[in-house]
Formats: sequence, C-alpha cells, structure tokens
Amino acid sequence: MTDTLLDIRDLTVDRGSARILDRVTLDVARGETVALVGESGAGKSTIATAIMRLLGDARTSGEVRLADAGDLLTMPERDMVRLRGRRLSMIFQDAGAALNPAYTVGRQLVSAVRRNLGLGKPEARARAIELMTQVGINDPEARLTAYPHQLSGGMQQRVMVAIALAANPDLLLADEPTSALDVTIQAQIVRLILAQTRARGAACIFVLHDLALASQACDRIVVLYAGQVVESGPAREVLENARHPYTRQLKSCVLEIGVQDLHAPEGTVPSHDDMPEGCRFATRCPRVQDRCWMQAPPLEGEGHRFACWNPE
Amino acid sequence: MPGDMLSDDRPVFELKDVEKVFQVRRPGQRFGRQTTGLRALDGVRLRVNQGASLALVGESGSGKSTLLRVLLGLDAPSDGAALYRDRPIRTVRAEGAEFARDVAMVYQDARGSLNPRMTVGALVAEPLRRFAVVPESGIDGRVAALLTRVGLPADAAARYPAALSGGQVRRVAIARALASEPSVLVADEAVSGLDVSTQAQLLTLLKRLQADMGLTLVFITHDLGVASFLCEEIAIMYLGRIVETGPTDAVLNAPAHPYTAALRAAAPRFFEPIAEPLPGEIPSPLDLPQGCRFSGRCPLVQADCHARDPHLARTETGRAVACLHPCAP
Amino acid sequence: MTMTDRAPARPARRGPRSLFLRRPFFTLALLVAVGYVLAAIFAPFVAPFDPVAQDFNAMMQPPGAAHLMGTDSYGQDILSRVIYGARYALIIGFFAVAIGAAGGLVVGLAAGLSGGWTEWALLRLIDSILALPSLILAVAFIAILGQGVDKVVIAVGLSMLGPFARAVRADVLQVRVQLFVEAAGLMAIPRAVIVWRHILPNVIYPLAVQVTIRISEAILVSSSLSFLGIGVTPPTPDWGLMIAEGRAFVSFAAWMSAMPGFALALLLIALSIVGDGIREEFDPKLRGKS
Repeated sequence: MTDTLLDIRDLTVDRGSARILDRVTLDVARGETVALVGESGAGKSTIATAIMRLLGDARTSGEVRLADAGDLLTMPERDMVRLRGRRLSMIFQDAGAALNPAYTVGRQLVSAVRRNLGLGKPEARARAIELMTQVGINDPEARLTAYPHQLSGGMQQRVMVAIALAANPDLLLADEPTSALDVTIQAQIVRLILAQTRARGAACIFVLHDLALASQACDRIVVLYAGQVVESGPAREVLENARHPYTRQLKSCVLEIGVQDLHAPEGTVPSHDDMPEGCRFATRCPRVQDRCWMQAPPLEGEGHRFACWNPE
Repeated sequence: MPGDMLSDDRPVFELKDVEKVFQVRRPGQRFGRQTTGLRALDGVRLRVNQGASLALVGESGSGKSTLLRVLLGLDAPSDGAALYRDRPIRTVRAEGAEFARDVAMVYQDARGSLNPRMTVGALVAEPLRRFAVVPESGIDGRVAALLTRVGLPADAAARYPAALSGGQVRRVAIARALASEPSVLVADEAVSGLDVSTQAQLLTLLKRLQADMGLTLVFITHDLGVASFLCEEIAIMYLGRIVETGPTDAVLNAPAHPYTAALRAAAPRFFEPIAEPLPGEIPSPLDLPQGCRFSGRCPLVQADCHARDPHLARTETGRAVACLHPCAP
Repeated sequence: MTMTDRAPARPARRGPRSLFLRRPFFTLALLVAVGYVLAAIFAPFVAPFDPVAQDFNAMMQPPGAAHLMGTDSYGQDILSRVIYGARYALIIGFFAVAIGAAGGLVVGLAAGLSGGWTEWALLRLIDSILALPSLILAVAFIAILGQGVDKVVIAVGLSMLGPFARAVRADVLQVRVQLFVEAAGLMAIPRAVIVWRHILPNVIYPLAVQVTIRISEAILVSSSLSFLGIGVTPPTPDWGLMIAEGRAFVSFAAWMSAMPGFALALLLIALSIVGDGIREEFDPKLRGKS
C-alpha cells in the first residue's frame, strides 16, 4: 500500500516477566480512523503509548514505522521529541489530569503552538484563539485566561483536542477520550474529534471499550485480547461477520436499549502468570481445540484478518 | 422473607415535592463567607412500589446522588416529605435497625465501601451478626452460601478485598447487601466502569437475584441499556428534577421529554451515524435558566418555555412528563 | 480507565522475593538492632566486668586486650557499661514511645472523632506540645517530676505525645469519611463498634510504623537528658551520662566519650533504617512507587 501512514509489525512489549503485548501487527492509512477495542488488560492503551514511545522501562521489540520517518522504536530520542506534537499527538481519558493545573489554558495552548509551529507570541495567540473556535469553545479570548479546574470535563477535553491538533499532526491517538464524560457530552467530543481530524486529513487511532461507539466512529476495528490482536478489518466486516469467537462474545455483551437476553461469558482474562502457551483466549473459548493450547494462531487474511484455529 | 410484606400495598418509597438545598460559598469570591443556596433537588415526586424495579437515570449534576442519600436517610430533605412505607425516612432510620435491615445499599465504589483490613468472610458476616440473621453457629455456612449465590468461589471468604478484581469486589458488595435479607436493594452505578463481559455477568446476576428474592430495586445508572435490561420503570432526572417517568420500554421507545429523546439518541448504537448531540452543557444549578430548566438546550424550545416552569404531570397510564410541549408519541 | 477485572498477578503485599533479600541494608540494620536487644537482655552474661565496679589500678586505660573499649576515670570497664547502657537506652526508648503512642492514640482519636469545643481544646493541647522541641519539653517535665529512670520514661513519653496525637488525628479524619464507614452506618452498626472495628484498625497500622521510627528519637532525647545531667543519676551506666563524664578528658582519653557515642549513633542509624524499611514496605502510599 502506498498510502500507509503507520505500519506496526510484531510489536511485543514486556514489563518484568509479563508480556503485555504479543506480536501486534496493524497498519493505519493516511486519513483513516481505526478503533482499538478490547477489555482492560488487552493492551489497547499500551499500543498507543508504545507509538508515542512513552512506555518507560518496558522492553519493546518489533517495528513501528511511520511514513517518512522510519522505525519509531529505534529512532534517537532527539528525533522522537520532534515528532511528538508535530506528527503524532495524543489525548487522554482524563483531560483534567493531562492539563497542568498551575497554568492557564491559554498559556498551555499558546506554548504548544509556539513549540510546534515556531510562531512568535502574537501569532501564536491568534492561532490559539482560532483553534479554540474550531473546537467549539465560545468566547475563546475569555477562556484563554481560565485555569483547567474552572472548565467542565467536556471543555477540558476540547482544549486537549485543540492542543493536540495545533500542529496539524498526521496521526492523533485518542485514549478513551470520552469515557469520563456524560453521554450527551461524549457525542459532542467524538463528533468534534472526527470532524477536526477529517478536516486536516489526519489519521486517528481511537482506544475504546465501547464496540457500538467504535462502529459509529471508525472505518476499521482492531480487536485485542490479552495483548494479542485477535481480529482486524473494516468495521462492518469485523462486527457483522466476526470470525473470532472472542469478537462475537464481546459483541454479545453490548447492551443496546431493549436487549433482554444477555449471554454473559464465563470467567476472566488469565493473569500473566498463567497465560496459556498458545492462543490466549483458549481458557474461555467455546470453540477451543487441543491445538489452541499448544500453538498461537497467526493473524491471517487480506483486509479482514483473524487469528483463530477454529474460526466461526 | 416475611410473607406479610407481599400483601403490603403501601409504597416502599414515596417522595412528595422533595427539595434539598445546600448552602455553598457564592461563586467568584475567594475569601468571602457569603453563601447561597444550591438547589440539588427541586420538587422531586417519586413513588416506588413493593417489588418494583426503578432505574434513576441522569447525567452528572442531575441530583441522582442527592436523591439516593435522601432515600437512604443520610440527608434530610429541606422541604417536602420523603417517606418509607408512609413514614418519614429519617424517623424510621433513627428508630432502630428495622430500616437498615430492610434497605440495603451497593456503592459504585465497591472497593471503597469495604474495610480493607477485614476479610471477605468478616465483611459478609458483619450484617449477619448485627441483625442476628442466623445463630452464631450458622454464620460460616451462611457466608459460604451468600458467596456462592453471587458467584464467588468458597475460598474467597479468607481473602482481603485488595486481592480481588474489580468484578469480584462488586460481587462481595452485593453479597454483603443481601446478607441482611433486605426487601429493597439500592444500587449506585453498580456495574459502571467495568469491562462489558464483567458487566454482563453482574447484570444477569442482579436480574436473577431480583426475580428469585422478589427484591424492590432502585438502580442508579447513566446507561440506558442497563436501565432497559434491569428495570421495568425509569425516571429521567435533569438538574435536580425528574423530567420523565414511566415504564422503561414505553419511555425509551417513545420519549415524551426532549431530554429523554436526546439521551436516547446519544447512546451508541451499532453503525448508526452519531446523532446530532445536544448543544451546550448542563447549566450550573446556581444559575438556573428562566422557565423550563432544559429550555437553553432544548431542540424543540418554544417561546413560553422561557417563561413557565413545567411540573411533572401525568400523561397516560403510569407515565408522567415535565414538559410544556412534549414530543409526539 | 475501566477497572481491571484480572485478579492481581501477585499477592498485594509481598513481592516475589523475600523482604530480607530485597532490602540488604534493612536486613543488616535489623541484625544490628537485634544484636543490641540481645546484648541488653543478656547483659550479665555478655559483659566481661561489673559495670559499676571501680578499679583504681586501671583508671583511664586505652582500649586494649583486658578492656576492649578501655576504662573511664573511675577504672570502670567501658564495654560493660556500654552493654548495660543498651538496657537503659532500649527500656527508656521502648516505654517512652509506648506512653507517647498510647496517649497520642487516645488524644488523636478523641480529637478526630469529636467536633466543636472538645476538638478545639484537644487541638490546642496538641499544638502546645508541638510548639516546643521534645528535648525542651522533656527538661520541663523532669523539672516537675524529678530525676530517675522512671521519671525519664514519663517525661520523654509525654514530650512525644504531640507528634503521635497529630498523626493519629490526621489518619482518623481521613478514615472516618471513607465509604466503608458510611456503609457501616447504613447497616445500623453502633458508633462505638464502627470506631473499634472500622476506624481503629486503619489507624493502628500507620501508628505502629510511627512507633518504630520514633524509638530512636526517644533514645536520643533520653541520652540528651542524661548528658545535661538531669536524666538518670550516676553511677547508672547510661550512654548520655558516660559521654558527659568523658567530656573533661576528651583531649587525652577520647575513647571515654567516643565509645558510648559510637554505640548510640550505631543504634540510632540501625533503628532509622529498620523504621524506614517497615514504612516503605507497609505504607500503601509508598508501595508500588518504586
């Protein structure tokens, strides 16, 4: 593919004796929105942090190639610093914690603009006001002087989006950007992120736990379980024609309004101490076979890919 | 459960125009001592019958947590009457253990509601001893039975909450709530913040328990899917007032209040385009808009909405709405 | 973030390896501290001489084969006096802290649980104790009580009541607003039982950690009192007293002050390391940071 922006090959992350990510492979095209879905411990956020190379002392292997930049995992920190904020940006679930409580919103936004765009102070301020307007903040000049705690959670997240998009990055990583917000505000923020990334032609990786929201917001879906990609592909294909038993199970747990019979799966994700050798879903899989315990199934297929020895 | 309760036709809870005003520092001043009244609950009317299951739905700032504290007798209403089987809740609570035994609570922060220095067994045994549910010799057996009932392994009794996962801790909290053999279970966001599979496990458990034990359930949630799965009745709250109430199916299938309709549209649905969200945010309860409190964000607002404040009024059987111009069914 | 639903991979408290292997300095310090305790308990069997036996034929002898730490101006064996001195140091340290901790627990609990005037009065009491350094306060109590080992224990104990009470009150304020306390109230658990079963255990553990840290402070204060000549009376083998006695001879018989001083310093360092280790191991706020 010529328009591939980000190409992750066999990304493996170990922390201590635990393998948090196991040979994760996925790619993101320019301007595409991709959802990483799965339950806690699936490694969704770890992928996002690994792309930003903010994992701290964890050991990584594999490749994370960004178009026109090379492998992010082996690049010198100096070059990586230049990419963060300019070509790669990230927003978090808790915008209140991501903003510095000691400085006004304006100061943080203006400094991000100056750092990433190299503008002088007056130009940066004008740009900051323009960004605030773009993310739907009324009366931006007054809001620039506000401290983060004076804004509601939704407003804080809008400011984060403005900071993240200040330099027109190629890729926005949104780690559960709406799970701390009320549902009506959640819809506002998701629409805002989609509209703003689309307007800039930026790609977006959403880390989500809500499958229905993922289907609404994203072109493609990557389903993760215990650090492995179990299925990936176009959203509709993955959700309506799921081949991996875990994807089906996950979808059956989504409570849409009016659902009256719910098939709750048994058990929980195994801890890293007793993770099965082969397919990590083997302990809970309704279609498990002998082979699943021995050997991890490879992620196979064109477009719609899945890792299962006994697919549906 | 005592048999006479089944024939009891008095409502378990009844709220008559309950107001709750908190005195807070006037906003904008840094050192002053002037206070102003924050109206967390504003004319709430609610009736919960024996055996009913009611979902209280609202966003942050809607007053559902305050309503919960009033129902549990932790806060006294500033005005109006909050009744438990026709008697004031605070009075019944002060009288003795009867109310505490009959009305059990499951907190959203289940881990925080369990003493970290007590084992799961000791935690569940505490209400058993307090209300002398079983003789001392039968306590271990009853604890084991309760843990099994909520789907925990028997060896969980010897463990501390810190060694349990988020889903397991919620199960412990439910087991403890059921220990006193209550007829009413009040739960505050008991399944939020969990993975969907764990949430599904807990919801099926709660639904089974409610059916098996004939529990009256008051379930606070922000998730309409959870409300529709678990509860037969629903009450939608906005800014300290119940704006719509009725049978869950009827209300969610044909919302009468524009806010209910907006909530329903905002809930994620597979492959539907993301609906046009409500504009703006919930206004501060210190600075309520004139007339209807929803008028500032309402897509169907009309001129008189800014002038008159609608009260919860009965529409058809079992349904009520606080809106001057309800959506057509 | 959604709450994790995997059971924690390892037990909440202990790491994969033994505490003693993970913290070598802690282990070493613990061994030293235990050594002191054993020496104190078995002093009559360990000490080569009677600590108060004077030998005018062997005055101010430097450390040597007969007297490992030398002798003092009365010809008393310094090693024996140091070993017996450990008895007094540890007894005073332990009982003084016990008094301070018990008193602090009572006052702190009362202040944290009551409100209004009672709380105000107790807080002013704590403040007034905290306003003076513990040594000055102990001097004041000695002036009232008189000299002697028992008086020193009480004086030092009372002077430490302030810090303990303040720490306990802070913990009580934090614990009593926890959800599990409200939950107990909802179950109609009587107030006294709530305090006993739910608040006290969550206050006692941090207090126990405080105790290990403050024993060294108590020993230091008691030695300071003896050094000033207002603590225990001669010829009791007390380190502070010994340091004071050797002061006049420090230019030509430095060992007289140095040996008890070294014994005191080593014990205090060992106790601090042990206290810190226990705190880091059991304080949930520090746990998981490393």
